[in-house]
Amino acid sequence: MADQLTIRETAAPAVGVRVPSANIYAPQWRNFVFVAPFLFFFTTLLIFPLFWGMWLSVHKADTFSTGRFVGLDNYVRLFHDKVFLQSVWNTFYFVLLTVPTLALIGLFLALCLNRRTRTAAVLRTLFFSSSVLSVTIVTLIWRIVYIPNVGLLSTIYGWFGATAPAFISDPSLAMIGIAIATIWWCIGLPMMLFLSALQQIPQDIYEAAALDNANRWQTLRSITLPSIKRTFILVIIIQIVLQFQLFGQAWLMTRGGPNNLTKPIVLYIYDTAFRRWDLGMGAAASEMLFVLILIAAMAQYLVTRNKGDQA
Amino acid sequence: MTANIEIRNVSKQFGAMTVLDDLSLSIKAREFIVFLGPSGCGKSTLLRMIAGLETVDGGEIAINGERIDHLPPGKRGIAMVFQSYALYPHMTVRDNMAFGLDNIGVARDVIDARIAEAARILEMPHLLERKPGQLSGGQRQRVAIGRAIVKEPKAFLFDEPLSNLDAALRTRTRIELAQLHQRLQSTMIFVTHDQVEAMTLADRIVVMNNRRIEQIGSPMEIYERPATKFVAGFVGAPAMNFVDVAIDRSGDVITVTFADSTVIPTDIASNQVVDGAHTFGVRAEDVRIAPTGQGNVDGKVDVLERLGERTLVYTRLSDGQIIVASDAGNSRVAVGDTVGLAFDGRKSHLFNETGRAWHARRA
Repeated sequence: MADQLTIRETAAPAVGVRVPSANIYAPQWRNFVFVAPFLFFFTTLLIFPLFWGMWLSVHKADTFSTGRFVGLDNYVRLFHDKVFLQSVWNTFYFVLLTVPTLALIGLFLALCLNRRTRTAAVLRTLFFSSSVLSVTIVTLIWRIVYIPNVGLLSTIYGWFGATAPAFISDPSLAMIGIAIATIWWCIGLPMMLFLSALQQIPQDIYEAAALDNANRWQTLRSITLPSIKRTFILVIIIQIVLQFQLFGQAWLMTRGGPNNLTKPIVLYIYDTAFRRWDLGMGAAASEMLFVLILIAAMAQYLVTRNKGDQA
Repeated sequence: MTANIEIRNVSKQFGAMTVLDDLSLSIKAREFIVFLGPSGCGKSTLLRMIAGLETVDGGEIAINGERIDHLPPGKRGIAMVFQSYALYPHMTVRDNMAFGLDNIGVARDVIDARIAEAARILEMPHLLERKPGQLSGGQRQRVAIGRAIVKEPKAFLFDEPLSNLDAALRTRTRIELAQLHQRLQSTMIFVTHDQVEAMTLADRIVVMNNRRIEQIGSPMEIYERPATKFVAGFVGAPAMNFVDVAIDRSGDVITVTFADSTVIPTDIASNQVVDGAHTFGVRAEDVRIAPTGQGNVDGKVDVLERLGERTLVYTRLSDGQIIVASDAGNSRVAVGDTVGLAFDGRKSHLFNETGRAWHARRA
């Protein structure tokens, strides 16, 4: 009797019509309004130029007109240009100099400064503070350091009666000089990422390790490093992507010299597209940079991921 | 290998706050000791001081007569099982267990043999190649115990190891821990706030409260002759009934009088009890339900808790005092009934305002 009553009551609104229950995960299209502004700028400033760049790279183009379709002609010219090949090598060399160093020094600083003392807090701020400077200030500071005869480096070497290495003018040292300035500038982010990763490691694992007789080295190798492996990969990928885009430091410190030895790909793109007005070839060089960064980051990711799975 | 542990006048401060105050305790070899107390009583801190994870601010700790409080944790010859298990997440179960032995250079075949033996005892040979992330809570708990066993320590320390398990698994693991203790014949110290764990596992319970030890004794001693009002109230469920009373010690034994003039004879010897305000204490199972008017006092039933094997009857006396009595599982009492309450004077306790306890004379 009671059952029948209930059935009649629930069926009352529309006999025979099944009223679907509300699905809280159903898409709510009006929410699109909230992401629309972002989507608009993301599309116009990133997605559209990405495809426009691809389109440009297969056309003969300058600032006044976009000319005819030339197929892969721009790419062929690019790979016959010794300056471009030099700039690719320069960029790789720079990435090789900076990325591992940034990761290792960042990790080292994070390990040293991961404690709750006032000194550690002050030092953390100091090491991070260089990151907020603009590239102009950074290169200015380092040019002052590197200036022959009167610069900071020369002064310090002078105290010991030695001659400072000519970091800006010596062809074999110029890129190293730029790398040092870059590492000083960029060290804050890796350090902070490592610090946050270190602070996520539960304290009791360290206590268990202490009870397991692990010394500092064993603890670092067996507990700390495996625990921050993912962050290490993240730092490497972020830095590869960032450092492949070297431009400001090289432009402001050496103008790509001496003899194009510090000219990175981005500077080559800038020169080609906006100083020689060969937009098509500039776009082609940009596409090459895009592919290089993509490959490097993917390779890094795949290599470390496979290792992780085997461990 | 087993050890006696001597804790002498140990104290501990965190900043200006004293967590342990001049505490002494001696633990015999092969003994299963449980530190029982409410949160923040310092029981975990004491355990961590024995492990070497906290510094000792005053006093000393010795194992087999040898002072260890200046040694690093790994050199004390003890193993600890953490509440969160603290397994190394990136290592397999086997590596988790081998890590401590590897670090001190134990030969590989010895390590393998010990791991195999521990895995056999804990029935987990099939888990050895898995990582902690692939294990259930109960399995992780086993691995944590296994990691302690392979070290063949002088003493095992357990820091609330059962509190992350569900009720059924907790009961099972409790029994397994008791079996493990019988089998290994090792000194074990177990920290918990759960009195059932303490009662079932311990050879002796150390009841701690507010920086101090309240009582050390066997589970039944603690239950039947609590040294202080705190112990009486903390151990046992439901908590002991407490009633503020006036006492009459003109006779051989004490007679107590409730605020509503109910007079209850006890079996507590008069000559030892000192003057002052007193609280009468009696456990629910020592208060019997009687027909109205036939007990020491009548009460109105407020709440019934039917636990199956017994029924807890929460009654309210005429002055508002709540008394919990225990009745048979199939009790016919209903909420709103007026029932008589018969107190068993031979099982009653008396406390003064400092918490000191007197008990009925031993039969």
